Amino acid sequence: MSMGADFVQFSLTPILIGILAAIACALPGNFLILRRQALIGDAISHVVLPGIVVAFLVTGTIAAIPMLLGAGAAALVAVALIEAIKRLGGIEPGAAMGVVFTALFAGGVLLLEQSDTSRVHLDVEHALMGNLETLIWFQAEGWGSLADPAALADLPPELLRIAVVALAIAVLTVVFWRPLKLSTFDEGFARAIGLPVSVIGLGLVIAAAVAAVAAFDAVGSIIVIAMFICPPATARLMTNSLAAQVWGSVGFATLSAILGYVLAGYGPLWLGFDSAVSAAGMIAAVSGLILGLACLFGPHRGRVGVAAGG
Amino acid sequence: MSGFLDALLLQAGYNAALVAIGAALLGFAAGTAGTFLFLRKRALVSDAVAHATLPGVGLAFLVMVALGGEGRNLGGLLIGSALSAWAGLLLVEWIARRTRLAEDAAIGAVLSVFFGFGVVLLTVIQTLDRGRQAGLEDFLLGSTAGMLFQDAVIIATGGALVVAAIWVLRRPMTLVAFDAGYATALGVDTRRVDLAMMGLVMAVTVIGLKLVGLILVVALLIIPAVTARFWTNRVEVVLWTAGILGGASGYVGAALSASAPDLPTGPIIVLIAAGLFALSLLFAPARGILAAALSHRRFQARVHRRQGLLALVRSEPIHDPLTLRILRAEGLIRPDGVATDEGRALAAKIARDERRWDVARAVHQDTSLTGRYDGLTPIEEVFTADQIADFDVRLGAPHAVGA
Repeated sequence: MSMGADFVQFSLTPILIGILAAIACALPGNFLILRRQALIGDAISHVVLPGIVVAFLVTGTIAAIPMLLGAGAAALVAVALIEAIKRLGGIEPGAAMGVVFTALFAGGVLLLEQSDTSRVHLDVEHALMGNLETLIWFQAEGWGSLADPAALADLPPELLRIAVVALAIAVLTVVFWRPLKLSTFDEGFARAIGLPVSVIGLGLVIAAAVAAVAAFDAVGSIIVIAMFICPPATARLMTNSLAAQVWGSVGFATLSAILGYVLAGYGPLWLGFDSAVSAAGMIAAVSGLILGLACLFGPHRGRVGVAAGG
Repeated sequence: MSGFLDALLLQAGYNAALVAIGAALLGFAAGTAGTFLFLRKRALVSDAVAHATLPGVGLAFLVMVALGGEGRNLGGLLIGSALSAWAGLLLVEWIARRTRLAEDAAIGAVLSVFFGFGVVLLTVIQTLDRGRQAGLEDFLLGSTAGMLFQDAVIIATGGALVVAAIWVLRRPMTLVAFDAGYATALGVDTRRVDLAMMGLVMAVTVIGLKLVGLILVVALLIIPAVTARFWTNRVEVVLWTAGILGGASGYVGAALSASAPDLPTGPIIVLIAAGLFALSLLFAPARGILAAALSHRRFQARVHRRQGLLALVRSEPIHDPLTLRILRAEGLIRPDGVATDEGRALAAKIARDERRWDVARAVHQDTSLTGRYDGLTPIEEVFTADQIADFDVRLGAPHAVGA
């Protein structure tokens, strides 16, 4: 087999899945960081674990659809609980979030340890780190396989799922662009012109939850948290225009996914080691390096009225 | 069950006892240090600190192995984790201060990136030498199974030291947590106190790594403080209540886990703390959901009673079922809806007090007094008997109605 065939078989689908997961998370992340809700992504990705464990205990399988539904339900329960504790208990949002996601995560771990999951591949480390490297395309024999229906039918199902979710989130972002933008920057004005501000806010959180759950399925929760925050934050330091920021975040997310995957897969070989390191961890680390560069040199890194770096 | 009692009474072996005491001290330290964080509204900074320990653990392991050491030495791993946690903390502060990103974005960025890098290091360690690597994953979720005696000593000593440090620093930290502006005006260096607070949070995180793991140690810092806040409005009381709640969760959780080896320590401790939180959220006096619902019901009853009495004054029919029920229960109306003597008397008093308030508003320009008119506060609670007598003089003598 040629080099190209190896690439298509072993690297093409993981890279595509990584890119799509990164974009699906980065898009809602733009609005979350502007609304100071960046850590919603963190909270959601923690409660995905209890969601999938409960789904497994109920259905007895690790089929994708029940897992996704369980994770989605857990995310909604978590958001509702956070809201309830904030309102009923008068607790500040950060602390309410901290109480909910740690308690649910602890419950998930306990359930997992107590139930017999030895015959299925379900554990905490897998949930955190994902299994991007294993999502390979067995049937592929080279670039020509992209035109071969039989080979295409063998694509990892995660690819189709994350592609559908990424596309749906992109379409939603375009369709609801104006209300999202208005309610994010000036909630009072948005309310005054009759926009359903709280519905928009809830819709954003649900979209973020769907992105987190779909991405989690493929890449684990580290990438999810990193992609919600790092690419949009990087783009935020590069521009003052929201449209440019969103496009920028898509670009940085793609760059992080490609660079991270390549460095994880081939970097150790270049350094003389014989096995790869975690692609999910490396993608998160690369997105952080890019953000670090933007923090040091981004043209719009300072607050308005404060000289850059001052 | 007897195993649990043994563990609870420190009879389940020397190591288990030491772990239980260590967990109690750690819980106490986490509860109090977390209170300062919570009152400063920076609870989730601890999440960044906790996740930022992972690369330190990995690097410390690699360094110790490179120096020909054992690699799994807990002291060395904890020093490494403390250094990288401190780096993460400084980065959060730097990003939030120097760039226009908000603190929550800085927290999320640091926690995911440090954690991601830590996972990369763990996979590197896996490839180096499978045999010696075992155990680093325990830092994710904590594990007391097979804990060495010296590890238990490190945890117990560390917990005791943090508690002592909190005792020494409690006054300036309380002051800053409660009102940073006032503290600055008094000449307290808020930044240094904040740094000390973060140092304590970091110490708790590092000591808690082996016991509850880096993902869940955050819970020990946040949940007891939030729980304690339900029971009191006094800062010192919140502080020590949070400590006791955290300590109790740690102690009972460690005992439970020692008696049932299948139960992982960290999640058990966190779930006990979360259970105490849920109880407080529901049943705490004044701030709990139940208390709020009851006080809402009482308020509703007062409003309905008054509206009913006003209707009696004006001889208007009452249709609202709740109003009718309240008035009947107090014997102010008969079952057929006609006012009793008592009802008429109370209605007459309310009508008279309304007239008194009218006069009071005309006479007194002081809105701090007349502003207290809400239709429910009795006029006797706002004005003195002399003042009310004066209003009555201005009103004129009572005259019989319909005579």
